[in-house]
Amino acid sequence: MFNIRIGGQAGQGMNTIGSLLAKALLRMGYHVFTCKDYMSRIRGGHNFSDIRFGPEPLQGGTEKVDILLALNEETWELHKNAVGENGMLVYDEEDFTPKGEKETRKGLPLSKKAEEIGDKRIAGVIALGFIHSLLGLSPDALKNILSEKFSGEILEKNIEALQWGHEQGEETFSVKPAEGLKGTKLINGNNAIGLGALVAGVQFYSAYPMTPSTGVLNFLAQHGERFNILVEQAEDEIAAINMALGASFGGVRAMTGTSGGGFSLMVEGLGLAGITETPLVILNAQRPGPATGLPTRTEQGDLEFVIHASQGEFPRIVLAPRDVANAFNKTVRAFNLADKYQVPVIILSDQFLGDSEQTVAEFDPEAVQINRGKLIKDYQEDTPYLRYRFTEDGISPRLIPGEKGQVVLADSDEHNEAGNIIEDAPTRAQMVEKRMQRMEKISEETEPPLYHGPDPDQTDFILVSWGSTYGPVEEARVALTAEGMKLGHYSFSDIWPLPKGEWKENLRGKGWILVENNYSSQLGSLLQKEGLGKPEIFIGKYDGRPFNADELKRRIKKEVASRG
Amino acid sequence: MVDKKAYQNKEEIAWCPGCGNFSIRTTLQEALAELNLEPHQVLIASGIGQAAKLPHYLKINGFNGLHGRAIPVGTSLAAIRKDLKIIVESGDGDIYGEGGNHFLHAFRRNPNLALFVHNNQVYGLTKGQASPTSEMGMKTGVQVKGVKNLPLNPLLLALAGGATFVARSFAGNRKHLKEMMQQAIQHRGLAFLDILQPCVTFNKINTFQWYKERVYQLGEDHNSESWEKALEKAREWGEKIPTGIFYRKERRIFAEEFPELSREEIYDPRERIYCWPELLENFK
Repeated sequence: MFNIRIGGQAGQGMNTIGSLLAKALLRMGYHVFTCKDYMSRIRGGHNFSDIRFGPEPLQGGTEKVDILLALNEETWELHKNAVGENGMLVYDEEDFTPKGEKETRKGLPLSKKAEEIGDKRIAGVIALGFIHSLLGLSPDALKNILSEKFSGEILEKNIEALQWGHEQGEETFSVKPAEGLKGTKLINGNNAIGLGALVAGVQFYSAYPMTPSTGVLNFLAQHGERFNILVEQAEDEIAAINMALGASFGGVRAMTGTSGGGFSLMVEGLGLAGITETPLVILNAQRPGPATGLPTRTEQGDLEFVIHASQGEFPRIVLAPRDVANAFNKTVRAFNLADKYQVPVIILSDQFLGDSEQTVAEFDPEAVQINRGKLIKDYQEDTPYLRYRFTEDGISPRLIPGEKGQVVLADSDEHNEAGNIIEDAPTRAQMVEKRMQRMEKISEETEPPLYHGPDPDQTDFILVSWGSTYGPVEEARVALTAEGMKLGHYSFSDIWPLPKGEWKENLRGKGWILVENNYSSQLGSLLQKEGLGKPEIFIGKYDGRPFNADELKRRIKKEVASRG
Repeated sequence: MVDKKAYQNKEEIAWCPGCGNFSIRTTLQEALAELNLEPHQVLIASGIGQAAKLPHYLKINGFNGLHGRAIPVGTSLAAIRKDLKIIVESGDGDIYGEGGNHFLHAFRRNPNLALFVHNNQVYGLTKGQASPTSEMGMKTGVQVKGVKNLPLNPLLLALAGGATFVARSFAGNRKHLKEMMQQAIQHRGLAFLDILQPCVTFNKINTFQWYKERVYQLGEDHNSESWEKALEKAREWGEKIPTGIFYRKERRIFAEEFPELSREEIYDPRERIYCWPELLENFK
């Protein structure tokens, strides 16, 4: 496994360079993982991306850097300690000179040569050519990618830059590609959620731009016209969720997306979805809060918030995708569950998952099932249609407004079966039970946590994670297992209502290690309510950065050692 | 011709006897029936307040949502259900106060819906506090020394915001109100109708008599194609209050390019998504 870090100021084109490199590596048969560390500004500051690749599937970053492409001196100062003993620094020799001669530091006339070729912007492509030569890789894949992107004179200049760069180095590193990797794609969490929504048949998406959820809005806006999806940028998140509810009431699949701050504004609308029993999918791509917090960084601080948000009691579902492929599947599942149970479904993602790219196997469109639950095409009964008719399972047949002879009425007040306002005690109690009884049914359907490791009885500790921390935790578990530790790992993705299954018994009375990207151990509180007590060890992180396996290994070993 | 009784239901009504809402309701029934619209073809999105209870007192499709949020609900419905006539209906507190931001942005979008605001210049359901349109000096349990803030002029705001249909009527003149409602419902785009309405319980200033002495209808000489003339008339308030269509024009409606979906397409969205795998080509 190999890690290339590209750092510089916002506006220096790191995203483009990183994305070109990642695509080239993908096409040469590697598993790739990329993640971005960027500041909430358009120019200046310090940003970097990591491109990690190798023969094994990757779901997280690493601390160690094998090649650092420093587009300014600051990058070198900030990251030099991460560069390993044999790690290589690549930089523009006109920009700065790192102190101390070393063979593994290679300065190139990046901008000078770029200007000579005739385009300042292609300095990064020169660096990419050079990096290819260090890795002993042919530049052909990158050439193809460039020729898909550019043509004419611009393409010629890019190819010239690439070739010149490639001629400047010699094979220094050797990284094996994966075996038999075919049809894999490199997708980030936000695009996987957008794709999932598209495939599930979303026809209306409204949102107010908010990092790190905006990628989903961009994706759907880009493809909206082609697939008849109405995408609207609302004036605020309150409008966004109410628009989505209107569309859903009209019969189409509807979704809205935001981050924690926008979700706070949506909370009354969430309750409206609850009491009107209007299916709705809501994305909360978490970032560190409260209030504005750290806009471009990551955290898992909203779990208890989204479970409890809004006054009153109503059923809801929370799904926290664990990786990119899971984000696609869970989004499709979110729409089906929303329709089936006529409830709001919250997809709880975060910046780490949203912005990180992973190689994923080809999605199978045929595997995607659409289940619209009790949505009825036409109403056959002799009695007038009742939107909230009492039924055995608490879920009423849902008619699309517009059927001749029938009217459909939804109400945010407590209501009777017809949807008309009531205040009498028995109907109120019956309606609460009608809505709440489905939580039991839903918990029977929620997927139990994914388990990796030896038989739980044979473990010393079981790691517990939820959502996007899955990849780093699992990588740490595998590494620690190789060092002789006996570790299991439960990863929750369907997180509310908590799933049934043997996991509870397997954790009860066991030493378990809870890993969460927050301060207060929010899944821990939920598990405590289930009678599981406190975890033996809690590993939290709330500095706005994602976990990686190196850090986790260190912290797990230290905590375990301190317990003798 | 549709019978107006088709819109009747048997709900017990929570409005005060003598409330202007009764005449608005009856007038709306007549307006819709005369336009030959059946109840299943019309949908009312409303907010919270006494006026917003209207969809309960008619046999009609309704989404009685949150306080101030009826416009966003109606906006998306108008876009994805082009087969339905969408009416957004609520009070002055709901649309001009709680939902002010949506009111502003609605004119920019110009969704194909009729917006009826029952404007009685006072809060009814919360028992008599000032609304955004209450007159300065009006004393209430909260504004104990009288309202000190300027009243909002919704017609001026609408005109400044790019509205394509701006009208006012008076609940006390049902013939005029019906005419205005029908014009609004038939307008292609957002048709905003401010309906002056006495509140018999809480507003002792702007009574039926008060309005009756002041309202007059814009004459034939009013040029509703002139934005400047509309602005001029919209500023008139006090001894004389104009009613009628102040301004009217055609413009692109919200989601104009979005196709009208058949019931089949709404029910099974999969049908229209058959070639998405090509999207994956972007990711290799």
